[in-house]
Amino acid sequence: MKVFLGLYLVVFFGYLLGPLVIMSITGFNSPGFPRAAPWECLTFEWFDVLYNDKRIVNGIQNSLIIGIGTVILSVVMGMAGSLVLTQIWPKLRATYYTIVIAPILIPGVVLGISTLVFWDRINVMLGFTSDSFLHNGIFLTILGQSTFIASYCMLVFVARLQRFDVGLTEAALDLGATNVQAFRKILLPFLKPAIGSAAVLAFLASFENYNTTTFTFGKYPTLTIELAQKVRYGINPSISTLAFLIVVLTIVGALSHEIYQRRKQLALANGAPVGAVTGGFQLPKLLRGNPAAIVMVILAVGGFSTIWFASVYSPEACKIEVREEKRAHQQQLIDQIKQQQIEREQQKLQKGPDIFGADKNPAGTLESPGKGSFGSVFDPQNLDKAGPEGSTAPSSANPGAGAFGSVFDTQNLKKQTESGN
Amino acid sequence: MGAGVGVELKDVWIRFGDFVAVREANVNIEGGSFFSFLGPSGCGKTTILRAVSGFLEPSDGQVLIGGKDMAGIGPNKRPTALIFQNLALFPLMKVWENITFSLEVQGIGAADRRKRADELLEMIALTGQGDKLPSELSGGQKQRVAIARALCAQPDVLLLDEPLSALDLKLRQHMRTELRQIQQRVGITFIYITHDQGEALTMSDRVAVMRHGIIDQISDGQSIYDDPSTPFVASFVGENNVFRGKVKSVENGMAVVSTNRTGDLRARIGGAAKNNLKAGDEAMIFIRPEAFSIATDTGNTGNQVKALVTNEEFEGQAYNVFLEGDEGKQIKMSLVNQGKVRSSSMGKDMTLEYDPEQATVLPKGELASE
Repeated sequence: MKVFLGLYLVVFFGYLLGPLVIMSITGFNSPGFPRAAPWECLTFEWFDVLYNDKRIVNGIQNSLIIGIGTVILSVVMGMAGSLVLTQIWPKLRATYYTIVIAPILIPGVVLGISTLVFWDRINVMLGFTSDSFLHNGIFLTILGQSTFIASYCMLVFVARLQRFDVGLTEAALDLGATNVQAFRKILLPFLKPAIGSAAVLAFLASFENYNTTTFTFGKYPTLTIELAQKVRYGINPSISTLAFLIVVLTIVGALSHEIYQRRKQLALANGAPVGAVTGGFQLPKLLRGNPAAIVMVILAVGGFSTIWFASVYSPEACKIEVREEKRAHQQQLIDQIKQQQIEREQQKLQKGPDIFGADKNPAGTLESPGKGSFGSVFDPQNLDKAGPEGSTAPSSANPGAGAFGSVFDTQNLKKQTESGN
Repeated sequence: MGAGVGVELKDVWIRFGDFVAVREANVNIEGGSFFSFLGPSGCGKTTILRAVSGFLEPSDGQVLIGGKDMAGIGPNKRPTALIFQNLALFPLMKVWENITFSLEVQGIGAADRRKRADELLEMIALTGQGDKLPSELSGGQKQRVAIARALCAQPDVLLLDEPLSALDLKLRQHMRTELRQIQQRVGITFIYITHDQGEALTMSDRVAVMRHGIIDQISDGQSIYDDPSTPFVASFVGENNVFRGKVKSVENGMAVVSTNRTGDLRARIGGAAKNNLKAGDEAMIFIRPEAFSIATDTGNTGNQVKALVTNEEFEGQAYNVFLEGDEGKQIKMSLVNQGKVRSSSMGKDMTLEYDPEQATVLPKGELASE
């Protein structure tokens, strides 16, 4: 039973985290196309590539600006919406709730299109030109995203407000506070944790949003838009490094929060420190009874040593080695084929010309031009990577099969040369 | 007394839709007095309090504080402070910030507020606890903080909405005396809401007993107990034995009622019925358990009840004897424990007698449900 549970957990977490791990690994592998296997060289160059990629950096900037704008707008609208929900006439409450929550259920694409169309109409009605702020990508994206993110925020606030004692507001009023003072000094401090969670939620939802933004971004593509476009035009592992950075930031953020929570809990429990029970060795105060903090410290040590290693280590030697290896392998294959052809020539000479002879002779002469013409089609870089396949170019020794499906399969090639024999 | 600011309710009606929460309330609360509204839950007493503090406007009638009509004046502008049933201390503020909240909203600086808070903390015997959070205090301490917070606003009228109901018995009894002392010290008008007759009787100068939005009787504690004006008041305040019957004759403020089972009983006519109770009316006689004693001479009629003893119990300060009464109800007699050994009378008939002056006849009416 325990084994079964363990297996289940492995599968479960593998499913959840596996893709992230694989993607992170590809960010440290040297090939130009992101892949984890075969492992070639440990490299940090993709971080450089990422840092120097103007479009990605620009996308992150836009995402941050839009994220902050969305947080402000959504938190304010969400709070206002939730306050209305607590004040509204009970009979209207269910209807109001449905209306306010509806944007969550509407597809993001629809919200994006409608935002675009709506503000365009407004723009036309007001007689502005097409470069007015109503057509600004940042303005539209913030509004478009906030339509549904505000609903998420409202749910957070409603959950918190359900635990609010209206008596506190009444007590404040009774003690002479104005309505504004009662809101600012009583309700707002009570809602503070909810404001924090709503802001985080809103920022994350804004940062990762694609389907609404894709209609509204205009001249200000966000990170998600940039990534999607990159995938369309071909990607390199710098995107994996970006993913890696985001994963690490998330883990660090989650751990810091956990550390904070546990410290608060410990402070509340006010019990004897763990060390007093275990005796002897005592962890520093921060770490006592706080596994999250311990993980964090390990992570930080790992992170710093990686950065140090990256500044010292150079993958160039390894890369040259790998290149040499590939070249040697290629050379070997070419030699092998040459050898086979020489053998064939010799056999022909021995047997004398036969029906195939007429075909085979020109084939033999094709050898070098064949290599040349294919060589120009394949990028030398690609050739380099696809070592064994590259050697198929000269394999058009047998013109009957050469140009077609079997071209890229050395296995086939061997069979054919054998049958040729 | 009489120095403080009085509160007057004139023909106050409060309706919620079709439901009438308060019906024609006329109350005159003397300035500087301790006034209680006593009644079962849902009788409208909290509604009256909210109308005085300004959280709701009466549908009809006037609320006057210090002779001024309070219509249209919000809770933050009225010279009242309310102590809530759940106290409503601000959980995120320290004790001293809680106490001086009324000064904070006036824009008074932190140093001055701190000084005032320390004075009040000393008054409520919580010196040095100002930097705690309310959640770190015990129930009784929270109670006192709530009182200090209300007093800090220097109200003319302090309103208390069942503030002791959440405390345990010992603390409740202690807080009763303490509240009364505070009231006498500060000399302002206290209006106290409770469903606990013990609290109302021990602390108040005057008590209003309420039933379904109607004020049945306004009087001092002893009059309420000894001279209830309706069957509801008689049965709600303290324990009472009820005998039902028809009035046989009336003379000199006394009435003889022929009951179904116990025979003719004589008693003093109570409340407003003194002048209009006549022979043939349906009536109820109320006799307190402690008004009964064991009859020495069983020959008398009109003030004796004979019944079967069904149960006896010892309560410490008293022996309670239960006898078979009217309509399946029990008659209860309390005998003060004088340290003498009593022999049991279980299963025997016993004759009880009472002083007709201490029993009350009232026209038939609604009783408080137990």
